[in-house]
Formats: sequence, C-alpha cells, structure tokens
Amino acid sequence: MDVILENLPLYWNGFLRTLFLSAVSGVIALVLGTLLAAARVSPVAALRGFSTVYVEVLRNTPLTIAFFFAAIVLPRLGVKFEQFEVAAIIALSTYTAAFIAEAVRSGVNSVPVGQAEAARSIGMKFGQVLNLIILPQALRTVVPPLINILIALVKNSSVAGAFFVLELFGYGRQLANANGDAVIAVLLGTAFFYLLLTVPLGILASTVERKVAIAR
Amino acid sequence: MSSVLYDVPGPKARRVSLIGSIVGSLLILGLLAWIIMTLAQQGIFEGRRWQIFTRADVWTLLANGLGATLSAAALAAVIAFPLGLLLCLLRISDAAIIRIPTRVVLEFFRGMPVVLMMLFVLLGFGTSPFIAVVTGLVLYNAAVFAEIIRAGVQSLPRGQREAGLAIGLTSFKSRMLIELPQAIRRMMPSLVAQMVVLLKDTSLGYIVAYGELLRAVQVMADFLGTQFLFPIFFVAAAIYIAINILVSRLAVWIERRGSKKAAGGVAKAEPEKAEAPVP
Repeated sequence: MDVILENLPLYWNGFLRTLFLSAVSGVIALVLGTLLAAARVSPVAALRGFSTVYVEVLRNTPLTIAFFFAAIVLPRLGVKFEQFEVAAIIALSTYTAAFIAEAVRSGVNSVPVGQAEAARSIGMKFGQVLNLIILPQALRTVVPPLINILIALVKNSSVAGAFFVLELFGYGRQLANANGDAVIAVLLGTAFFYLLLTVPLGILASTVERKVAIAR
Repeated sequence: MSSVLYDVPGPKARRVSLIGSIVGSLLILGLLAWIIMTLAQQGIFEGRRWQIFTRADVWTLLANGLGATLSAAALAAVIAFPLGLLLCLLRISDAAIIRIPTRVVLEFFRGMPVVLMMLFVLLGFGTSPFIAVVTGLVLYNAAVFAEIIRAGVQSLPRGQREAGLAIGLTSFKSRMLIELPQAIRRMMPSLVAQMVVLLKDTSLGYIVAYGELLRAVQVMADFLGTQFLFPIFFVAAAIYIAINILVSRLAVWIERRGSKKAAGGVAKAEPEKAEAPVP
C-alpha cells in the first residue's frame, strides 16, 4: 500500500498520459471510422472496395502487430518519429477506426428502408439523405457500441506501454520491476486507475443505451 | 441494404460514379505505388532479403512461434468457455448474495487490460510466460463469455423458463436443460467472434516475453540482422491475419447457417440484439 501512496504522482502522470493517448486516438479514430463507413455505403465502387479491404484487414490484425509495425518496422523504413507517442497514436487510431467503421455501418443498416425511401422521394441527394436522415438516426443506435469501443481503446492503450511510451501500464511495469517485493500492490494500483476510466464509461454506455435507444 | 440510399443510377449518375471510381482507383493505386516506390528505395525488394525464406530454419522458427500462439489460444479457449458458463450461471443466480459479488468480479476483469493481467500473473506469482499468457486470456475471456451467454439467456422469451419451472424442473435444471442450450446456440456468432479476439490477444504474449509468432519475428531479426526485419514481419503478419480472417469467416458462416435453422431448435424471441465484438 505504501508503494502506491509514495508513487502517487507517478501513477497520476501515467493516468493523464493514458487519458491523452486515448482521447487523441479516439477523436482521430471516430473521424476516420465515420469516413470509412461513409465510403463503405457510397455508390463509388473504388471507395467501397478500399473501405471493405481496410476494415477486413485491420479488424483481423492483432493490436500488437499494429504497434510493432508503427513503432519498430516504420522507423526501419525511414519514417522517423520525434516521439513514440506519435507511433502509438497512429497504431491505436488506425486499428480502432476499423471497429468504429463497422459499428457505424451496422447503425446505418439498422435505419428502416422507408426512411431513406421517403427522403429520396422528396428529392434529396445521396449526401443529404446520409447527413440529414440516416446518420442522425444511425448515430443513436451506434452510440452504446461506440462507447464500448472507446472502453476497449482505453484498455488497448496499455499496449503502448510496451512500445517505449510511458503511460499507466509503462509506469506500472517500471514500478513493478523496481519494487520486486510489492509487485501485487503496484499492479493492483495500476488496475485501479484503469478501472477509474473503464467502469464509469461502462455505466455511461448502459445508461445511454437505455435512454437513447429508440424502440423500433 | 445500402442500395436504398440511392436510386438505380441513370446514365448521368453512372457516368459520375464511373469517373469517381476511376479517380478513386487511381488515387488508391497512386498511394500503393508511392508505398512500393518508397519501400523499393529502401531496398526491400532486393532478392537477397527474401532469400532467407529458402532456409528451412527460418520456417521452423516461424512454425514454432505459430505453434506457441495456437497452443496458448487453444488452451485458453478450452478453459475459458466452461468457466464463462459457470460465471454466467452465478451471474444470473436467483440469490443476490451470489449474483452481486459475481457481477463485481466480472466488471473487474472486463475493465482491465489483458496485458496487465498477464504481467500481474507473470511477476506477482512468478510463473512461466506461457502460464501468464493463458491465465490472462482465460480471466478476461471467461468474463466476456459469461456476459455474452447472459445476454443470450435474457433474450429468450420469459415463457421458456416459466414452462421449465411449471413442469417441475428445478431452477438449475431449467437453466441447464432449457435456457443455456438455446442461449449458446443463439449467441454462437458472438462467441466465435470472441474467439477471434482471444486469438488476436495471444500476440500480447510478445510483451511478457512469451515465444509466440511476433516474438519469433523479433528474435530472428535480432539474430539475422535488421535488414530482414521487414520481410519476416510481413510474412508473420500475413499468417496472423489469414488465420483470423478464416475464423471470422467461420463466425459469419455459423450466423448464416444458424438463421436458416433457427426456426427448428431455438425459441423465437424479442428482436435480437447480438452483442458486437469489441477490439
């Protein structure tokens, strides 16, 4: 217990880093994922194909492979990063975007056909149908799964700790190696800070699910 | 599905979409060409870099890594599934004194990064990396399996349990004979999808120094020289992705087959809401 209290500033530092990594990657992944989902339902075959391949490959790639690629293989290929955070953000956001694209796409497909037909019959164009009719409705159905993806993102950011980025997991590992006699306490402390993020998000997800969900 | 978003294209729209397709393809091809050019400048495509794949020992090491990955995943899945079933039974128990602590335990394991659990077992109990990897995977995935099966049980019509109890089954027997078999069948796609997640997560073993596929890549690159890093990584990543895509396809196939057969064995229920797998 003493170990945790003594190193509280370190934990806090790591906690903020984890929060930063997750927030930045989360925002990038949301934008990229929505674009990919839009490409997936667009009439242009090339975009559809690209989006399908991207989602299929990235969803089936282990996150560690994505990190290994961004942090170890890319620098060998001449892409140098000032900070390894950049590599971590690239790996996390490109990986998560594939899951977000799938969630948004299934949300789009959950909107009843009649909605799109009605919008088309009053003369809306594809972009209008998507922006004014489909997406506002689809977003409500995808919000709970999206929060679950973000929870997973927070947990996944721990992999960054193994690739030269010091965040919660990285500090936890450092502390565990330095305090061989109190490993269990140190790692339980790390777990506590993760739960501090994931449990409230989980509660938020189920609340939103109950509130926002529209009966169809 | 997505075709409701737009009309059957007329000649004008077809032309626009054709132009869009060509421009889009050109852009994507351009991007690919740029990547390949950049790689070529680094000398990635020189024959000697890929010649290592003619050596048997490279393939032996890759196969060993793959074997380690698959054996950890298989053992973890075999333990995690029954454990998840047990946790699910406890989680939906009628007695609050069992239900509530189980719920706390499940939330705890679901809310923690898997790699942290692996490190915890590795350092906290001083086990071998293999045990650490399997334990971490088992704890996390058992909790997820429990939640998936619970969602399946809850999606069954109330009458199923009522009928079971009415013909004199005990609560436990009704769960085992009536509800769980249907819940598991209904949730099969989600369960298989979770297996993909489990398989993917074995790669976290790299971080706790378990000799799986990615670790084998690292070891070979250190041993043979870093100029071989990219070819070996490329092959290993392709193996990983190919296996995962195969298992994902299995999930899709089961889903299709299940929806055709559902009328027979499984009671129809409220509109289904399968839990989507999460990274």
